[in-house]
Amino acid sequence: MAEAAAKPAGADILSVSDLQAWYGESHILHGINFNVKAGEVVTLLGRNGAGKTTTLKSVMGIIGKRTGSIRFNNEDIIRASSDRIARMGVAFCPEERGIFASLDVRENLLLPPIVRPGGLSLDQIFELFPNLKERLNSQGTKLSGGEQQMLAIARILRTGARFLMLDEPTEGLAPVIIQQIGHTIARLKSEGFTILLVEQNFRFASTVADRYYIVEHGKVIDGFANSELSANMDKLHTYLGV
Amino acid sequence: MQALYAQLLVGLINGSFYALLSLGLAVIFGMLNIINFAHGALYMMGAFCAYFLLNVAGIGYWPALIIAPIVVGIFGMILERTMLQWLAGLDHLYGLLLTFGIALIVQGVFQNYFGSSGLPYAIPDELKGGMNLGFMFLPIYRGWVVVFSLVVCIATWYLIEKTRLGANLRAATENPTLVRAFGINVPRMITLTYGLGVGLAALAGVLSAPINQVRPLMGADLIIVVFAVVVIGGMGSIMGSIITGFALGVIEGLTKYFYPEASNTVVFVLMVLVLLVKPTGLTGRAA
Repeated sequence: MAEAAAKPAGADILSVSDLQAWYGESHILHGINFNVKAGEVVTLLGRNGAGKTTTLKSVMGIIGKRTGSIRFNNEDIIRASSDRIARMGVAFCPEERGIFASLDVRENLLLPPIVRPGGLSLDQIFELFPNLKERLNSQGTKLSGGEQQMLAIARILRTGARFLMLDEPTEGLAPVIIQQIGHTIARLKSEGFTILLVEQNFRFASTVADRYYIVEHGKVIDGFANSELSANMDKLHTYLGV
Repeated sequence: MQALYAQLLVGLINGSFYALLSLGLAVIFGMLNIINFAHGALYMMGAFCAYFLLNVAGIGYWPALIIAPIVVGIFGMILERTMLQWLAGLDHLYGLLLTFGIALIVQGVFQNYFGSSGLPYAIPDELKGGMNLGFMFLPIYRGWVVVFSLVVCIATWYLIEKTRLGANLRAATENPTLVRAFGINVPRMITLTYGLGVGLAALAGVLSAPINQVRPLMGADLIIVVFAVVVIGGMGSIMGSIITGFALGVIEGLTKYFYPEASNTVVFVLMVLVLLVKPTGLTGRAA
């Protein structure tokens, strides 16, 4: 099903097959299958509670019980601890942004350790997000929602991780900020980052994504490339209920 | 007036121990979410460690100041690895019961071999004697304890509030899952944090050995007051623990001078008042 999507050149960076995951007793993911190739922006779409965030968290290794296979750069990471997965070059920007209140902006920015060479320098980050430079000494949670989102993205660009997972980066933000985040994602893509995006904002996703997967009830039920978008619009409206 | 100053000094000394112990408790609570009832027993182990070093190995006070916190800290880290880590995510009550049980066992073992009376530990030669300050006589060792404790407290505060390592620690206190997902080995950090808190308690034990003698129950008596200090200061605030520790020591000292009958209860009366007015403690952040 998902394999029908047109594949750009490049090897699989991430391939997930038959991923199942549980929160305590509740079975959330019932067999997720998808793949992400080097340099792609892939978006998981789906309604609230479909399992998109849980999928990202499973890849990151922060869901307690998970089975199936998650291969990152051809290494199975289904049993790896999240700190090890991070050091392999996977970076995660959570939906709630995860800005630390007891750290100032500079400390928040410098918190994730460098996992490999080739990350953005602080100057490059300030060029992408000039607001952050002016607020370096503010408490992390004193920033506006947009600035917090920028900080949450900025801090994982420093680490040298080339595979980024962004969970609803536009949620609750003003259009002008969403635009800025869209530019940032496009810029990162042009610099060769691979991005796995979870979005409710389909219009935003369509400006940056190469391919889409539809997640419903803990399964991937469909997938198509951005070029096939217009042909799939009707299906998409049904899936997302918009 | 002499008596007032003497009581103030006693207050500052007690305050030093309160500060060192409540600081460790605050750090441990922040990171492990455990109310470490074993803290008094570990403080006692620090004093005994200094005593053994001197009487078994002939190693004196100055090396003991470094060795004892490390030895007891390692003991603490073993406790964390083998027992406390399994309590992550459970109610506070479990941690409290487990550490209370550990305290009883450790104290029981020491009592079995050393009874309840105190063992002497001499003041090191360099710190013997006293100074006449004009308005009072200051025993040098006591002055040393106050100054050294203050330095250690400030250094710990600096480590936690102003360094990269401290930023990792504060972040992991807020959201350990996310910090780990950035590639930081949080379980190891938790073990080291427990070791740090325990090491501070052991250091206080060594400092106290020449003043209070070395007794198996020396920590059990102290820890109850220290918990009151922590409640007053507010769990989880580093500077709050330090300031409250010293301040309550002084208040206790002053009470001994002005109204000695209340000196044993003044801390608890203050605790009740603080709990009534500001349940999160004077400097505590609401959970």
